[in-house]
Amino acid sequence: MNRIKALAGAISLALSASFVQAGEVEVLHYMTSSGEAAAVNVLKQELEKEGHTWKDFAVAGGGGETAMTVLKSRAVSGNPPAAAQIKGLDIQEWGEMGFLTNLDKVAAAGHWDNLLPPVVSNIMKYEDHYVAVPVNVHRVNWLWANPAVFKQAGVEVPTTWNDFFTAAEALKAKGIIPLAHGGQPWQDATLFEAVALGVGGSEFYRKAFVEHDAATLGGDTMVKVLETFKKTRDYIDADAPGRDWNIATSMVINGKAAMQIMGDWAKGEFTAAGKKAGVDYVCVAAPDTASGFTFNIDSFVMFDLFDQGSDSSVKAQADLARLIMEPTFQTAFNLNKGSIPVRQDIDRAPFDSCATSSMDSFKASADSNNLVPSFAHGMATTSRVQGAIFDVVTNFYNSKDQSAKAAADKLARAVKASI
Amino acid sequence: MNHSHSTLSRSPASSGSTKTSARQGGLSGWLAAQLPKLVMAPTFVIIFVCIYGYIGWTFLLSLTGSRILPVWKFVGFQQYEKLFENERWMVSLQNLVIFAVLFIALCLLIGMVLAILLDQKIRGEGFIRSIYLYPMAISFIVTGTAWKWLLNPSLGLEKLMHDWGFESFTFDWLVNPDMVVYTLVIAAVWQSSGFVMALFIAGLRGVDDEMIKAARLDGASLPTIYRRIVLPSLKPVFFSCVVILAHIAIKSFDLVAALTGGGPGYASDLPANFMYAHAFTRGQMGLGAASAMVMLGGVLAILIPYLYSELRGKRHG
Repeated sequence: MNRIKALAGAISLALSASFVQAGEVEVLHYMTSSGEAAAVNVLKQELEKEGHTWKDFAVAGGGGETAMTVLKSRAVSGNPPAAAQIKGLDIQEWGEMGFLTNLDKVAAAGHWDNLLPPVVSNIMKYEDHYVAVPVNVHRVNWLWANPAVFKQAGVEVPTTWNDFFTAAEALKAKGIIPLAHGGQPWQDATLFEAVALGVGGSEFYRKAFVEHDAATLGGDTMVKVLETFKKTRDYIDADAPGRDWNIATSMVINGKAAMQIMGDWAKGEFTAAGKKAGVDYVCVAAPDTASGFTFNIDSFVMFDLFDQGSDSSVKAQADLARLIMEPTFQTAFNLNKGSIPVRQDIDRAPFDSCATSSMDSFKASADSNNLVPSFAHGMATTSRVQGAIFDVVTNFYNSKDQSAKAAADKLARAVKASI
Repeated sequence: MNHSHSTLSRSPASSGSTKTSARQGGLSGWLAAQLPKLVMAPTFVIIFVCIYGYIGWTFLLSLTGSRILPVWKFVGFQQYEKLFENERWMVSLQNLVIFAVLFIALCLLIGMVLAILLDQKIRGEGFIRSIYLYPMAISFIVTGTAWKWLLNPSLGLEKLMHDWGFESFTFDWLVNPDMVVYTLVIAAVWQSSGFVMALFIAGLRGVDDEMIKAARLDGASLPTIYRRIVLPSLKPVFFSCVVILAHIAIKSFDLVAALTGGGPGYASDLPANFMYAHAFTRGQMGLGAASAMVMLGGVLAILIPYLYSELRGKRHG
């Protein structure tokens, strides 16, 4: 009986598959941690529902560096995958090399222009044509705090940098590490960009990190930003260098440290430890950035399949692009990953308080022009410029005698040299 | 055909066969003469393409403005100019000098002392020798990770000392930008000095016993024998060690990646890490290729004088 059922199932599957013109899509991605893998699996199932085959090409390594190396060798040998997880300004670099396919038809059919804020859709386009699909929005400028520890020290969770340093003093006096931090260049940069947005404001931020204006990069506001940034060094522990971000998060979870400034992927760590948002931990905007929103968007770029792509695989590729923007996937994916959907029209019921607050501020900041790309996560600059900024920032943060003025000068010079 | 051919060549009486065998002798003679070349040809081609070919390719790349992928737009030596204006590169070069000098000197010193001590015909020598040699069997990644834990102030040595009551003990080199490069030296020396020791033991065993006995008879003390007779005869071993250690130092990548990650900041970067970061993750392939060429230059600067002296020595000997 079961066998007959299976056979019937296979036949009907084969039939339906032949109707929708099944194709294969090879997807290169680096979402391999448990939450992320579950999120990608949602997409795989959606695609298979349409009758296509998903050929998984996962390359482990959190930052995707290994994945990019693999992708480059595949692209150079003329055999790129149909879709790859590439984000930010690197999409432009790939577009420039002529590797990407045009998704305008899918985008027009799905009204992407209405669904995405222009800041976001610009990143997904190369020369005004859609080449990539966004899967989520991470807010980077979050402050994660352990309220129990704050109560113990008798201070409030800070919302401005002044409060931050007052609270940090009080926490330190109680023998608690005020700020959990991992001394890796990207984490230094994540903290630095939160300070830059808080102290300098979004206008300054955009001028410095998006437009790379030399006068702003080496100017007085930058000096102030760098000084504040350096001041936080007094409130992290001595062992921070080289520490992974999730270890730093666990210090907040177990009360060894009070706060961490990190993107909303940190929420996954709290959830995995069985903590509840608003009770065991709180998420507030990083000091002085309540109205701002630094975004980090993961996206899938679609490669031009050239002559090796049959009609069916081109169709499958277009279907993948369409499915990524659909509410079903956006909801399921982001629930698993801790980020928020890129579309505004999604049912909020399944999301927790941190996510809904992130949605509110995404909308508000987009309207008030305070939505800025995160340079620490490759949204504002190409990896070249980003690398140059990282070097200066991390060197300044770790040096003992470099002045903020000297660092600002260096920053301006390094960015100019790398453009 | 084959059959008749073989019978013919086996019967030397027939006139036809002499011709055939002569011809065959020519062919097989030719084969015999060319065989070594033919056998070597594939390896030669592979080495020529995969090593020298790619060195040439890297050099060409270093003259282009390549970013994330190779682009054949030549910009002259601009990448080299950029490279030497880059502060991080200069830091990594400086680190390399500190690292290489200390690494080679300490490895030689420790390896030599261990070898001399082990050479005193002690009991259980084989066992002790394997213990000292064992670190060599571990990859630098493992060494780096283990030393990262040992040197971490809140996890390793410093914490142990604090737990034992030595509260004032501090050993924070791993997180101190000024000292971090020395932690690389510690881990690398731990790993490689056993290897140097093995080479020196082999050399020591090759020293003629008669000479030592003769020196003893003449009343030379043990230190004098080592200083005046044994060590001078170990010169070739000494050179081999320096060359091997020097290229390990220049190539060092995994140790930094595992032990410090280049940090704090980029204080413990070595040229290989700089090259990898720029060529593969930062989309600066041209700059990365330029730094690779400079590294190659460094290796050649050590290797060419060595090979020259070796080859010349052979010719005279």
